Formats: sequence, structure tokens, C-alpha cells
Amino acid sequence: MTTDVTERRSPSGLVLPAYAKPPEGTHPPLDYPGYRSTALRHPKKPLVLLPQRLTEVTGPLLGDDLITPHDADLTTQHDGEPLGQRIILTGRVLDSDGRPVPDTLLEIWQTNAAGRYRHAREHHPAPLDPNFDGIGRCITDSAGQYRFVTIQPGSYPWGNHYNAWRPAHIHFSLFGRAFTQRLVTQMYFQGDPLLPLDPIYNSVPDEQARQRMVAQFSIDLTQPEWALAYTWDIVLRGREASVFEEAHA
Amino acid sequence: MTARALTPSQTVGPYFAMRLPWPDGPYVVPEGTPGAITIFGRMYDGAGNVIPDGLVETWQADPDGRFAHPDDPRGPVPGGYHGFRAFGRCETAPDGSYKIITLKPGSLPAPDGGVEAPHLDVSIFARGMLNRVVSRIYFPDEMEANANDPALSTVPAERRSTLVAVPAGDGLLRWDIHMQGESETVFFDV
Repeated sequence: MTTDVTERRSPSGLVLPAYAKPPEGTHPPLDYPGYRSTALRHPKKPLVLLPQRLTEVTGPLLGDDLITPHDADLTTQHDGEPLGQRIILTGRVLDSDGRPVPDTLLEIWQTNAAGRYRHAREHHPAPLDPNFDGIGRCITDSAGQYRFVTIQPGSYPWGNHYNAWRPAHIHFSLFGRAFTQRLVTQMYFQGDPLLPLDPIYNSVPDEQARQRMVAQFSIDLTQPEWALAYTWDIVLRGREASVFEEAHA
Repeated sequence: MTARALTPSQTVGPYFAMRLPWPDGPYVVPEGTPGAITIFGRMYDGAGNVIPDGLVETWQADPDGRFAHPDDPRGPVPGGYHGFRAFGRCETAPDGSYKIITLKPGSLPAPDGGVEAPHLDVSIFARGMLNRVVSRIYFPDEMEANANDPALSTVPAERRSTLVAVPAGDGLLRWDIHMQGESETVFFDV
């Protein structure tokens, strides 16, 4: 047990970590009129505060048994190569204390280069790519590092409003180490002209928080003659600052 | 270590089923495990229509009320429950239905010295939800434990029944999710 985190000692001797509340403006509101589908799918009654106990500070530690060697390279899941711009996508999973989150599962899904998802209910008239499923998984290493190889996803129209187009994005799902850390988000690309127009991206109230969903192009990690590279760190909820630290701040 | 600001949540969107479900996802224990129960139900939106593109995830203690996790200092009883993975995941079907096959969790010690009634924590995701919503499933045969549960007792009395599954036959429990309306499910801020 580390000593630099807040611990709550119970009469029974049970010692649990405590995860900090997300700062205001970090997460989108559940009711966001700009994204019309929220209207009938957000709670109308106030949320009830649930103090964190055993079930909340633990969580699934899903491991290597789910992963195959091709899961992190979306360009080698078929006999042929998918069409589109090959990209390397890498970064770290951290908690808000800056502590790496090792051995944690990331799951991703995305469109192909033409902006088409491989899904039965997807009707955008763009071509499917027989060599691209658009799904990946990997587990962070001991330093919290992850790495995917994939294809630059495309933009696609959606029915939210007239001439609505989603900026190119990749969906990410993460578990961290505790139920409190569970996160599903989307990663966007630097310089996408659709970002200022997208209600889902703009549902995040804080401008700096929105920027934290945008991957940065890296010429240093770009592999000559082969693939462009982007970096993106993902930050999950960390432990609350201890009383000791606050007293000496 | 340098403090870092959080990554915001975004919706799972309509196409998460490409990746997130896996074939044995609803099976917290393997099919045919003695004592297994099935929790099932449907997800409804504010117009009373089923949500056919939602995802339900459950996380729970084992029947001894313990977790195989470094932050449960007690850990599981040696020997434990073979094949029990504590985590379940099920996407909703076109009729809005989901199911989770699991073992009933035990009661748990709370850090303040109380006892938590047996429960599952639930994360609910769907297109149209910009963040997950969190709820809990309690058990109808635990009236006394439920009455003393530190979380349930903070819920307005008239809404507590939305968190308690309903007996639906041998080994079957029904728990529906209502995003809005008269019987809106209680959702928690964790």
C-alpha cells in the first residue's frame, strides 16, 4: 500500500482509496440540446451522491486473455491491406495525479478511410473496405503506454441537424483500475475544420478540456516511408490529495 | 509526478457494438454454474420506447462479499469461485433487453463501519448519453439488509424500489432501466 494517497480507515480496519471528483466543466452535461438524442435519454431527476466504498474503488482488471497479436494493428487483420492513410497512434494512460495506469485494457472502434463504419445499422453511402474492420484492443505496458497502428478515419454525415458532419474520430473505451475510473470517449485530430461545428465535441463546456480530446501530430514518431504518427495521452480520475498535502500546500 | 487534467467523456455513439460486446460478456460465471442467477430487463427512454442501442455493464463482489482486486485488502477467500469474473457486459437487443448471468454477491463491510447490502454497480451507456450513468441493483430477498444499506438509505424512500430487482421465477430477477418518467431509475453521482 502506498502512503501518498488519501486513505479512509474504518472501524473494521478497512482502508480504501478515494477518487477525486472531476472538476466542473470537464465532462459534458447529460442534457445537451445541441445533441438532440440526449433529450429522451438523460435523467431528469437529480443524481444521488454515492460515497465511494468497496464496489466503487475496485474494478475489472481485464487481461491478456482477451488480446490477440493483431488486435493493436488494425491494418493487418485481413489478408490484404486496407485503403487509406496509415497512422501510428500512441500515448500513455495516466491518472490525474500523473501516475501511469499499467496493464489496463483499451478498446477502440472507428470508420474506415471513407467514413464508413462496419455495422449493420450504418447506412452512409460510402464504400466498405473488405480489409478493414475498424476495431482494436490493447493493454497498456508497465509505464501506461499504448500503441495502435490504424488508418486515418473519415468524416461522415449524421442526422442531428442540416448538413451535420462528424469530425474524424476514434472511439476509446477504458477501465483504469476502479469502477470510478471507467471512461468512454472520442479522440479527434488536430486541425479538423469540423471540430468547431460538432455538437458532441462542443458538449464539453471547458475549452481546454475539449483540447485534451485532440491528438497531436508528431513528426518525431512518424516512420519514414511508412506512416504518420499522432500522440494522445488519456487521463483518468486520480486519488484525492491527502489531508497532509492540503495542509502544506 | 505532475498532476494532469482529466480527459472528458463522450458518447459511445450508435456503433459501439462493433467492438464492445464479446460473446460471453453477459456471463459473469460460465453457463451452467451451480447457483447462478439471471438478471434481465429492458432499457427505456423518456417516451417509453425501448433503447435498442444501449450497453449495460455490471461490477460486483463475489458471494463472500469480496473482490479479487488490490484495493480490497481482504482479497477473495482462497479457492474462491471458479470462473467468476465479477464483471458483466451486455448490449441491448432490438427489443431493448439485456441479461447478466452471475452469482449473487455477498454483503460488504463499509469503511464507516456499517454493512452494505448485496448489490451490483451498473454503468449504462448509449447513443444520446454524453457520459455513462451509474446505478445499482439490489436484491428483493434482502429486505432487512436493504433497509440498513448506507447508499439505499440516502435515496428518497419513494424512489428506492427502482433499485431493487423483481423476482421473476426460479433464479430469475427483472431489473428495468427507465431513463425518465414516473418510474425514472435512480442514478448515482460517484
